[in-house]
Amino acid sequence: MSVSFGASRTADGWQFRALRHPSFLAGAVLTALVMTIAAVSLHWTPWDPTAIDIPAKFQPPSTAHWFGTDQFGRDVLAMIMRGAVTSIAVSIFAVGLGAGVGVPLGLLAAQQRGFADQAIMRASDFVFAFPALLIAIMLREVFGPGATNAVVAIGIFNIPVFARVAYGAALPLWTRDFVLAARVAGKGLVRITVEHILPNMVSLVIVQATIQLSLGILAEAALSYVGLGVQPPAPSWGRMLNEAQTLMGLAPRLALIPGFAIIVTVLGLNLLGDGLRDIFDPRLARER
Amino acid sequence: MLSFALRRMIALLVTLAVATVLVFTVLEVLPGDPAQVMLGTEARPDTLAALRDKLGLNQPAPERYLHWVAGLVTGDLGVSYTYATPVAELVRDRLAVSLPLAVFALALTTLIAIPLGAWAAARRNSAVDVGVMAATQIGIAAPNFWLAMLLALLFAITLRWLPAGGFPGWSAGPWPALRALILPAVALALPQASILARVMRSSLLDTLGDDYVRTARAKGLSAGQALRRHALRNAMIPVLTIMGLQFSFLLAGTIIIENVFYLPGLGRLVFQAINQRDLIVVKSVVMLLVASVIVVNFLVDVAYAAVDPRLRRRG
Amino acid sequence: MALLDIQGLSLSINGALILQDVSLAIEPGETLGLVGESGSGKSMTALSVMRLLPRGAQTNGSIRFDGQDLAALPEPDMCRIRGRRVGMIFQEPMTALNPLKTVGDQVAEGFVLHLRLTRAEAARRAQAVLERVGLPATEISLGRYPHELSGGQRQRVVIAMAVALAPPLLIADEPTTALDVTTQAQILKLLRELIRENGSSLLLITHDLSVVNAMADRVAIMRAGEIVEQGRGGGLSGAITHPYAKALLNASSLPPRVTSAAAPTSRPILEVKNLVRAYALPRRSLFRAAPRRLAVDNVSFTVAKGESLGLVGESGCGKSTTARAILALEAVQGGSIAFAGQDTSKLRGAEMAAFRRRVQMVFQDPYGSFDPRHKAGRIVGEPLRLLGRECDPQSARRRVDEALTEVGLDPADADKYPHEFSGGQRQRLAIARALITRPDLIVLDEPVSALDVSVRAQVLKLLTELQKRLGLTYLFISHDLAVVRAITDRVLVMRAGKVVEAGPTPKVLGAPEHPYTRELVAASLHLDAILSERTAASLPDAAGC
Repeated sequence: MSVSFGASRTADGWQFRALRHPSFLAGAVLTALVMTIAAVSLHWTPWDPTAIDIPAKFQPPSTAHWFGTDQFGRDVLAMIMRGAVTSIAVSIFAVGLGAGVGVPLGLLAAQQRGFADQAIMRASDFVFAFPALLIAIMLREVFGPGATNAVVAIGIFNIPVFARVAYGAALPLWTRDFVLAARVAGKGLVRITVEHILPNMVSLVIVQATIQLSLGILAEAALSYVGLGVQPPAPSWGRMLNEAQTLMGLAPRLALIPGFAIIVTVLGLNLLGDGLRDIFDPRLARER
Repeated sequence: MLSFALRRMIALLVTLAVATVLVFTVLEVLPGDPAQVMLGTEARPDTLAALRDKLGLNQPAPERYLHWVAGLVTGDLGVSYTYATPVAELVRDRLAVSLPLAVFALALTTLIAIPLGAWAAARRNSAVDVGVMAATQIGIAAPNFWLAMLLALLFAITLRWLPAGGFPGWSAGPWPALRALILPAVALALPQASILARVMRSSLLDTLGDDYVRTARAKGLSAGQALRRHALRNAMIPVLTIMGLQFSFLLAGTIIIENVFYLPGLGRLVFQAINQRDLIVVKSVVMLLVASVIVVNFLVDVAYAAVDPRLRRRG
Repeated sequence: MALLDIQGLSLSINGALILQDVSLAIEPGETLGLVGESGSGKSMTALSVMRLLPRGAQTNGSIRFDGQDLAALPEPDMCRIRGRRVGMIFQEPMTALNPLKTVGDQVAEGFVLHLRLTRAEAARRAQAVLERVGLPATEISLGRYPHELSGGQRQRVVIAMAVALAPPLLIADEPTTALDVTTQAQILKLLRELIRENGSSLLLITHDLSVVNAMADRVAIMRAGEIVEQGRGGGLSGAITHPYAKALLNASSLPPRVTSAAAPTSRPILEVKNLVRAYALPRRSLFRAAPRRLAVDNVSFTVAKGESLGLVGESGCGKSTTARAILALEAVQGGSIAFAGQDTSKLRGAEMAAFRRRVQMVFQDPYGSFDPRHKAGRIVGEPLRLLGRECDPQSARRRVDEALTEVGLDPADADKYPHEFSGGQRQRLAIARALITRPDLIVLDEPVSALDVSVRAQVLKLLTELQKRLGLTYLFISHDLAVVRAITDRVLVMRAGKVVEAGPTPKVLGAPEHPYTRELVAASLHLDAILSERTAASLPDAAGC
C-alpha cells in the first residue's frame, strides 16, 4: 500500500516508453508496412489487378508474378496490394463513422445524466443487438450490395462500442474533484467536457479505434467473402478467399496468401493497440 | 417491490418490440414496393398485382406490421415465396443445424479459453504464458472462415478424416451429424477462444492483485488455493460480459461458416433468400437472429446476478 | 526469547530499496507500535513477515518467529503459519473481503483449512468468533455478504478472520485508519481485549500517534525504510528522543486556535436557512415515487465576515453536501442560501460569475482536484476566467505568480505538472487557486486529511496566516477534532444531516452538551490528554458499530 505507482506517472515520457515497448514497435512496423503497400498500390502495381489473362491462369510464383496468378490469370500480388486499399479504407471510414457518432453520444450521456443518459445508453445497447452482418444484409435489401453498405454496416456496429467507451471513461471523470474545481471556476458543462473530460479520455478512444480498425478489417473480409462488400472487379481479400475456396485442392496458395495478408494487418493493429494501451497507462504496463 | 429479474424481463420485451419495428421498417417500408423488389424491375404488372395481393401489401403498413408480429408470436411466419413452404417449417429445419453448431462452438470456446487463460495467469511471465499470449494473438487475427478453409484442406481434403462439407441430417444418427459439425465448430471457436482466453488471463491477473486475495493468503491459503477459491469467481464477471458480446460475433460467424461448409442452416437459408429476393424469409430470419442476440444478452445479465450477490438486491 | 525477532531485514522491489537493515523484536504478549508516515516502509515490514510481498521483491536478513527462520521456510510450511500462528488485519475493510462469498464462509475458511473441521463444525466456530468480535447472529447472520455490512462491521469480520485460530502473533496494518472516529475507538478496544484474552502479541502499524499511544507497550519509529528509534518500554513517551520522532510528535499535537477576544460582530456574509438536500433512492416500485434520503435536513447557520467556522461530523453526515450546496454546485430541495444578502439560487450569468469570484473552494485530495494534463500555472489561473475582460494575459500571469508566492511556492513552479509536486505542495497549489480571485469566503473540505502529520501542521499554519493577512472567511469542513480545534472560531457538529450542536469551538469541544458531541470528543484520542495520563481504560465503552 505504501508503494505509490501514481507518483511515477509522467505526462511527457510516453515517447520514450513507446520506443522501448516491443509490441508497440512490432505493431507500428506491421501497420506502417500495410499502409505503405496500400498507398503504393494506388499509383503502381506490378500488373493491373483487374486484367484477365486466361492463358496465364494458375501460374505458380515466379519472378514475373511473385505470388503467381489466379484462375483468371490475374496477378495475385497486385490484387493483394489493391485489396489492402479496400480493407483499410472500409475499416477507417467505419471507425470514423462509429467514433464520430459514438464518442459525442457517450460524452453527452455522461454529461447530462438522468433521462438523456438512460435514453442514449439504452439506444446504444439496442444497436448492439444487430451484428454488422445482419445490418449489411438489411442494407443490401434496401440499397443493393456495395462497399458503402459495408462501411455503414460496420460503422453502425461501431457506434455503440465507442459510445460505451466514451461513456465509461467520462463517467468516473465527472466524479473527480477537478470537475468540481472547474465548476467553481465558473465553467459550464459543455466547456468542462471539451476542456477536461475529452482530453483525459482521448487515449482510451485511440486505443479502442485501433482495436475497432482491426475488427473492421476482419468484418470487411467476412462481408466481401459472402458478397456483401465491395463488388467485382475491385479486388478485395475477402472475395479472393471466396473465389479460392473451390480451388483449395488445386491451388491452396490462392487461399493462403489473402489469409496471411489479413492476419498480418489485423495482428499489426492489435499489437499497436496493446502497445498504445500500455504506453498511455504506465501503471498497467508495470503490473502485467 | 419489483425483482431484478422482472425488471430485466420488461426491458427485454420492450427491446424486442423496438427491434421488430426496426426490422419491419427497414425490410418492408424502406425498399418501397417489396413485390417489385422480389420480382425485379422487369416483372409484368399483373404478376406484381397478384403478388401484392398475395402478400397483403394493399393493406396499410401498420396493419401489416401488426399481422407480422402476431405471426411471430404465434409461430406463423407466412409462406416462403420461393420455397412455397411455411417459413416456420423452413426455420425449424435449419435451426436443427445452426443451433447445435452455435452451442457446440460456444462450448468449445469456453472449454478452451477459461482453463487456458487461467493457466497463463497463474504462470504469469513463464514460457507457458508467453506461448499462450502469442498463439492467441494469432488466433484473434485469423478470420474464422479462412481457418475453416485451412481445416477443410488439412482434415478433409488431405487427410480425409472428416467431411469437407454438407450435412447428413440427424435422422442418420447423432455421430455422422456431429462429425459434420466438428470442423465448422472448431473454426468458429478458435478465434473466439483466443479473445476469451486473453480476457480471462487479464481479468484473473487483476483479481489476483485485489486485497481480498491477500487476505485469503494471510489466512493460510496457498497461492493456488487463493486463486481457485477467491480470485477465479471474481475474475469470471468480466469474462461473462465478453461472452455475452461474443455471441453476436458467434452468430455472424455461424452464418458465414455455414456457407464455407455448405451446411443447410439459417445462414445458408438467409443467403439463398437474399439471392432469390425472398423478403418474407429474410425478414423473419433476421428478426429471429436479432431476437436471439437480445435474449442472450438478457441471460448474461441474469447470470451476473447469479455470480454477483451485489446485483441481486439492487432495487 | 522474543516471539518475533527481525534482524537486519532489507527489502528491495524491482531494484528499488524499500527497507534497510530493519531490526525489531516482539516479546510474547507484547504490543509493539510501528509508527511512520506514508511510504516509510511499515506495511512492507509486515508483509515481509507474512511473506506476502508484491512480485519482484527481494529480502535479506532473518525473520525468526518462535525460533523458526521464516525467510528460509518452504512455502507449504509458511502456509501453515499464516492464519494459524500469525494473523493479519488489513487497513481497508471495503476491499479486504471477497465480495462474492458470505461472511460466514470467509471466517469459517480458516477452520476448515487449518483444523480440517467439517463445514458445519467450522460454521459453528465461525459463528462463535463473529459473536466474540461483536457481530451476534441476531445482527449479522453467517449468510450475509460483505456489501451488506457497514465499514465498522466489515472490519470486525476482518478481525474475526485474523483471530479465529487465536494466533500467538497478530499484525494489524492501520486497522482503524479507514474508519470513523467513534468506530475507531470501538475497534481499538476490541483489539485490546482480544490480545489480552488470547495472550497474543500485536504488531500495530499506524501513522497515527494517538492510536499507537493508546495501544502500544513499546514503540518503534520508521522513516524512509529505516527504524530511527525503538523504545525500550513506556509506550510512545519511551521512544521520543530522536529529533525526527520529536518533530513528528510536535506536528501531531496541534495548538488550539487563539480566538480573538472580539467575537465576530460584523454582518453575516453567508446565511443558510432551513437547508434541505435530498437524494432520490432507486425506485422500489414502478407505481410509487422513488424514496428519498435526506443528506442535509433542515440546517441553518450563518458565517460572519472574517471568522472561521468549522463543520464537524463523521463520513456521510452531510457536511460535504452542505458545502456543495453553498457553492451552488447542486440544486437544493428546500431552504435558502444567501451570500452577501443575495439568494444564490437566483444568480445567473454575470451575477453568478461575481459570486464565484467571491466564494472559492479547496478540496480534500489536491491531486484529484487538478486536471492531470494541465500545468500548475493553468490550474492556478483557472478561476481568473471569472474576472472576464479585466484580466489580460499579462496580468493573469502576474496574478498566478503572486498567488504561488503567497502560498510559499516558486513562480517557476507554474510550468510543472501536478504529479511533479509533493502532497503538501499540491495542497498549497490548491490554496493558491482558491486565492487568485481574491475571494471573501473559502470553503475548505477536509483540506488536510490526505496529508502526513508534519505537512498537515505546515498547511494549517499557512491557512491561519493567510486568513489574518487577507481577511478571509473560512468554512472549514473536517472529521478531525484536533484540526478543527486548531483552525476554527466556531463549530457546528453535524450528524445524519442535522446540526446537533453549535457554538464557540473551545466551548463545544471542551464542554460538549449534546451526547453525540460528547461521544465524538471522547472517541477522538486527543494526544495531549493521553500523553499526560496514559491509560488504556480511558477509552469509551460503546458497543456495536
